Amino acid sequence: MLPEFFFGYFACAILGLAMLTVTRKNLVHSVLWMLLLFLHIACLYLFLNAEFLAVIQVIVYAGAILVLFLFLVMLLNLREEHEARRFVKAWQGRLAVCILLLTVIVISVYKAAVQPTGGYSITFINEMGHTKVLGTVLFNQYVLPFLMTALVLFVPMVAAIVLAMKERKR
Amino acid sequence: MPGSYIPSEYLPVFITLVLGTCFAVGALVLGELLRPRRPYAEKLSIYESGNIPVGEPRTRFDVRFYVIGMLFVVFDVEAVFLYPWAVAFGNIGLLGFWSMIFFLAIILVGYLYDWKKGALE
Repeated sequence: MLPEFFFGYFACAILGLAMLTVTRKNLVHSVLWMLLLFLHIACLYLFLNAEFLAVIQVIVYAGAILVLFLFLVMLLNLREEHEARRFVKAWQGRLAVCILLLTVIVISVYKAAVQPTGGYSITFINEMGHTKVLGTVLFNQYVLPFLMTALVLFVPMVAAIVLAMKERKR
Repeated sequence: MPGSYIPSEYLPVFITLVLGTCFAVGALVLGELLRPRRPYAEKLSIYESGNIPVGEPRTRFDVRFYVIGMLFVVFDVEAVFLYPWAVAFGNIGLLGFWSMIFFLAIILVGYLYDWKKGALE
């Protein structure tokens, strides 16, 4: 009963906070709601027995990604009263996007393995320690995806410089 | 079963969180209820160290700062990967060790490129 209660709270709170984030007129308020959203997602990870992921969520998303969002707010220097024009007015398009997204979510939920696969049960992970298990799996089985993240991190470093330098030359 | 897991060792954190939230919200609400409200123009004006406020409070940022922010994110993620690598060091073998070295080398190339282009000036 208790886990369902907590999950229900976090699920509802995440949905509500996400709505608040995208509907605020003031961008700074929007970013602050997003901070609360990230913290709730971190708590949800905690309840899914993903301790390390929860801490990472706080450090990387609530710490670093949010700084980027704040930089963007200051970079664009948008006003509260800034009126955005709607690109597409057709409700059919919105409905199509909603149905497509829902289909993807439903399929992924049905495909997901409910039980932990391999030898990594909750008791085993708790005995060995979350971080150690994660490190062992990551650096033994998923070395190639790990190296690809290096490239993913490398691209914005170069791209940001290229774009920023172009801006200054003008 | 996943989903029915209660992180009971985090109960102190939860209690601290609840108490902290109650204290912050309670202090604000109590202050709102108790304080006298006598506004006048001088009091409502923006505080700028006693001077008359000059210019806009929001000014446009230079793009350069965004590059610094981007570097911060990249090195944050790198540190996040370094931590499980260090904890599981005994279990990962040579492949894991060299993959991290290679990872660091790629990041270093990007960093040196930024440095050489003068993004850190």
